[in-house]
Amino acid sequence: MTAAVLDHDSADAHEEHPTSLRIDSRKLAIWTFIGSECLFFAALITTFVIYRNSHATGPGPKDVFEVPLVTAGTAVLLFSSFFVVMALNGAQEGNRKKLLLWLSLTVLCGCFFVGMQVYEFTGFMHKGMGYSTNLFATSFFTLTGFHGTHVAIGTLWLGTLLKDAYKGRIPPNKALNLEIAALYWHFVDVVWIIIFPVVYLMSLFAK
Amino acid sequence: MSTQTVAHDQPHASGGKYVQIAVILFVLTALEVALFEVSHEAGPTGFGALLASHFVVILLALSALKFWFVAMFYMHLKFDLKVLRYVFASSLLIAVVVISALFVLFTYNRTLWWATGVWK
Repeated sequence: MTAAVLDHDSADAHEEHPTSLRIDSRKLAIWTFIGSECLFFAALITTFVIYRNSHATGPGPKDVFEVPLVTAGTAVLLFSSFFVVMALNGAQEGNRKKLLLWLSLTVLCGCFFVGMQVYEFTGFMHKGMGYSTNLFATSFFTLTGFHGTHVAIGTLWLGTLLKDAYKGRIPPNKALNLEIAALYWHFVDVVWIIIFPVVYLMSLFAK
Repeated sequence: MSTQTVAHDQPHASGGKYVQIAVILFVLTALEVALFEVSHEAGPTGFGALLASHFVVILLALSALKFWFVAMFYMHLKFDLKVLRYVFASSLLIAVVVISALFVLFTYNRTLWWATGVWK
């Protein structure tokens, strides 16, 4: 095979792959993945709701949860969804400055949220709530830990795209690369939209 | 790009629309926290008590609204092909089945959950 043919194959590998549904296969794949993630988080959230009052030993929700801190994290995650959609808008318009600005802010928000969770978990440890202290703690750490891992992965993913954007590798015809990462990021935000009231607010409100 | 495929390199909505949605989401989150504070400090009677008695329903409704706004506008389900809505909606439907099944399985041997309620 000649070098010219290899170059041609390499270029083809980056083009869109439409399916019979008239959607790029990568976009359909991320939506299918998001669908499977819905089931994953549905199971974890339900398990937490069932076990949230199982804290005969060790601290319970009212002893450890801090609403102001988590509200700040929630606001940051919501804003990051806005930032990434503006970055995508910039990529689709071919506006590199706009893309870099909003994408940088999104990555910063991701870092802040992960930092917030690390700070929160450390505080819980100091209050005597470890992973295996009671069923409430186990289900809480499993749920929010997996969500935090998703945020960390999303932040790394968007970070690599920020590097690409900085090098000018996300022109308008490659905006789908960012759109796929943005869909994942929005899903992570949507999961937190459920976790925040169900895990924090309702647990503190329960008699 | 093939003429058969959907153009992914065109903006789905204007920046102004995204700002509107961000403001709505922020207001809804503030309402959630305000609802929690009012209900948490509520006495046995009055407006606070009324909110407290419907706390879970109102909170879930606000969350569902935020979920809808993000999925429709930020995830572009409103602008994309309908098949993606079906993919997401069918996943949510199966998730509801999973949630229902787990509630039954986990609580069946512990208590009459439908009589005491999982939120009590």
